[in-house]
Amino acid sequence: MMLEARAITIANRLDNVTTALKHGEITAICGPNGAGKSTLLAALAGLLDVDAGEVLLDRDPLAALAPRKRAQAIGYLPQSGQVAWDVSVASLVALGRLPHGDAGKFAIASALAATAMSDFAKRPVSTLSGGEKARALLARVLAGTPRWILADEPLAALDLSHQLTLLKVLRAQAENGVGVVLVVHDLAVAMNHADRVLVLDEGSVVDDAQPEEALDVATIARVWSVDARWLGDAGKRALVTGS
Amino acid sequence: MSRANLIFAALLIIAIPLSLLAGRVWVDPGVTPNAAAILAELRLPRAVLAVVIGAGLGAAGAAMQGYLRNPLADPGLFGIAPGAALGAVTALYIGVASAILLPLFALVGAGGAMALLALIAGRTSSPASGIALFTLAGMMIASLAGALTSLAISLAPNAFAMSSIVTWLMGALTDRSWTDVMLAAPLTLAGLALLWLAGRDLDAMTLGEDAARSLGVRPSRLMALLVLGTGLTVGSGVAVAGIIGFVGLIVPHLVRPLTDKRPSSVIVPSALAGALLVLVADVVCRILPLVTELRLGIALSLIGAPFFLMLLLRMRRGLT
Repeated sequence: MMLEARAITIANRLDNVTTALKHGEITAICGPNGAGKSTLLAALAGLLDVDAGEVLLDRDPLAALAPRKRAQAIGYLPQSGQVAWDVSVASLVALGRLPHGDAGKFAIASALAATAMSDFAKRPVSTLSGGEKARALLARVLAGTPRWILADEPLAALDLSHQLTLLKVLRAQAENGVGVVLVVHDLAVAMNHADRVLVLDEGSVVDDAQPEEALDVATIARVWSVDARWLGDAGKRALVTGS
Repeated sequence: MSRANLIFAALLIIAIPLSLLAGRVWVDPGVTPNAAAILAELRLPRAVLAVVIGAGLGAAGAAMQGYLRNPLADPGLFGIAPGAALGAVTALYIGVASAILLPLFALVGAGGAMALLALIAGRTSSPASGIALFTLAGMMIASLAGALTSLAISLAPNAFAMSSIVTWLMGALTDRSWTDVMLAAPLTLAGLALLWLAGRDLDAMTLGEDAARSLGVRPSRLMALLVLGTGLTVGSGVAVAGIIGFVGLIVPHLVRPLTDKRPSSVIVPSALAGALLVLVADVVCRILPLVTELRLGIALSLIGAPFFLMLLLRMRRGLT
């Protein structure tokens, strides 16, 4: 199972981006503001028309796939976290079943359990804390049992403990064979939790490798213009800036 | 059947027969002379029409609020009602306003507004700007139709034409016949079916446009369902009854707390509650002891505006 971008270009946003994502892995997309991270993620989710190149899902062009089929394969979690009506958590999570057109009771219950939201099922979304809401929104994606989870900064605005909870859920998904792709701002999170890191700068891929290699200090200095050092051992690294 | 559907369906079943008896003359089927004729030819078509129009306005309001993700949205925003009104006013202006031609002109006006809306907003490539474009296009069509309607009033050939236009615009169900029912009911039912079909896509829109598309929603299909659905329900309503405001705005508000708040679960009960509201308001118009019958459009605004203010005050206090 593969999700590939083949030389995709979107005017002023992405320039000739090629990458092949693998299932069973967590891939982090990193880069400075305006590098094209969210654009790439949306293009991989089939939500943007590309000017050149193509996105392939299992070697078939994503653009040719029926929207519903695409939605069954790829779960997309946008950054906005918008929930327009004050629905219950159960109703929110059930939206994940729309591409399948069934009640999907088991999938919904599993998604609620995986995100530790089972006890909140009947609560209106407006009564949730930020962390609970983020978990509920992720449960919505999980309920669709997608083969790919594409999430745009799912950890932004979450405290440390909620970040770790969410990462644990995503890791469990990857271990089950799901391909997880995250836009991540916190380089330490990418370093410690991703299997692979894609570094974007000004719409182009600068690095596409394992975290230790992709996020070495030379790349950070070049792309982010920041002098930084990694501390600690592999898997538990911390980034310090300044001299 | 959901709780909200049950409540409003039950109230409607009680209200319809009662509404037939109520009026300037209270009909007692055993005593009143010509009771059968009054009921069959005057009261029944009027009640059916109230139910049809109310259902269309309620459902269209619920769908619009779901689409724009805004509880202040109203079917009038699309410019379809003003377009239909312009059509009808044109018929009155040029003096061809027969019982058949006036609604037909109104339907042509509604169709014109729908076509213009689809033409302007239907070809947007970016879905993110789609809704904004759609809403602005609707508002501009509404303004244009409103201005042309005012122009027709100011240029009316005589005082009679002017007064008939102004009166018609206020909306009423007085003296409507089975012909009006035959015209409005099938179109409204078709519109209701389209709005109902849009329900699942509207649920997905709860999460925003990007998430909705990632769930398989095709924005062009959703837009087509809503333009046609609102056009048929609101357009046929205006064609036979004139402008009837507030129903599409208030009814979904009333209904939503009784549902799980997903747009799809608000549409059907809003249709039932809209039917009930217009039916009751029309009865109130009939039984008020005024010199001439109170116009339905005015009555609904008189009931609707204070009610809505009360709702806003309650929302402000965080009680809802």
